Amino acid sequence: MEAAVFFVGAAIILTGAIGVIVARNPVHSALLLVQTLFGVAVLFVNLDAHFLAAVQVIVYAGAIVILFLFVIMLLGVDSAENLDVEPIAGQRPLAAVAWAGIVGMLLTVVLVTADELTGRPSSTGELDPTKPDVNQIGEFLFTKYAFAFEITALLLTIAVIGAVVMSRRASGDLAPVPPDALAGRADNGVVGGEAEEVPA
Amino acid sequence: MTLGTEWYLGLSALLFSIGAIGLLIRRNPLVMFMCVELMLNAVNLTFVALSRDLNDVGGELAVFFVLVVAAAEVVVGLGLIVAIMRRRPGATADDISVLKG
Repeated sequence: MEAAVFFVGAAIILTGAIGVIVARNPVHSALLLVQTLFGVAVLFVNLDAHFLAAVQVIVYAGAIVILFLFVIMLLGVDSAENLDVEPIAGQRPLAAVAWAGIVGMLLTVVLVTADELTGRPSSTGELDPTKPDVNQIGEFLFTKYAFAFEITALLLTIAVIGAVVMSRRASGDLAPVPPDALAGRADNGVVGGEAEEVPA
Repeated sequence: MTLGTEWYLGLSALLFSIGAIGLLIRRNPLVMFMCVELMLNAVNLTFVALSRDLNDVGGELAVFFVLVVAAAEVVVGLGLIVAIMRRRPGATADDISVLKG
């Protein structure tokens, strides 16, 4: 049963992942990303990590991909990209060599050491398969990893403030530069003459 | 029947390499970002598989923190992309290679 679920999940993940990188339209890429993330959630359930599977669907497939789609719609960059043009000569053959290197090394490590995976069992804490995993994760988050947990809260606050600051349009902000106005300009400054007075 | 951990590790190796190749060949910053998410998910799968294999709760905790950091990273990264795209509509990764806003 576990094997059957694994192979179905693996097929979902791999087709979705390949779809993300070959789709011409960014919206299709985002939707295929949902497929991949959902497949990973299926494998998390297969590995008895039910809490992480739920968080995976809620946070990744729910929040993060919606954010991606929102930005795609906001910027209007949902036009199809021409994938036939290679901007840097030889980029794709070199990328194929790099891919072969990465996948070759990783699979060699995994397959050669398949029978002798190392690591000390239960070095952080024992995972009891009979207890719900949300209890065990919560126990460690609020005892041994309480400091790291608080720091992630701080990190999220900083990220939110940073996003607001970056995407805010300041009063003296520069107007968008049309693509054809960029050619031959020394500074990509304000279009149409003088810069506005920035109130102090 | 229980499946060996090496199956999960092999799958996550494939997923990671697909994400890496996508990062190398795509030019749209948003799609490149999605490829980073693919690579993060490959690592998460490794963490959970080894967490079960070694009977260790540490792997699942690491995945939890990776999820939080990935959410923060997406917020900041998309904020940057919005700021760049507002100045230069249709910019690709090659257009913003000089880091000049």
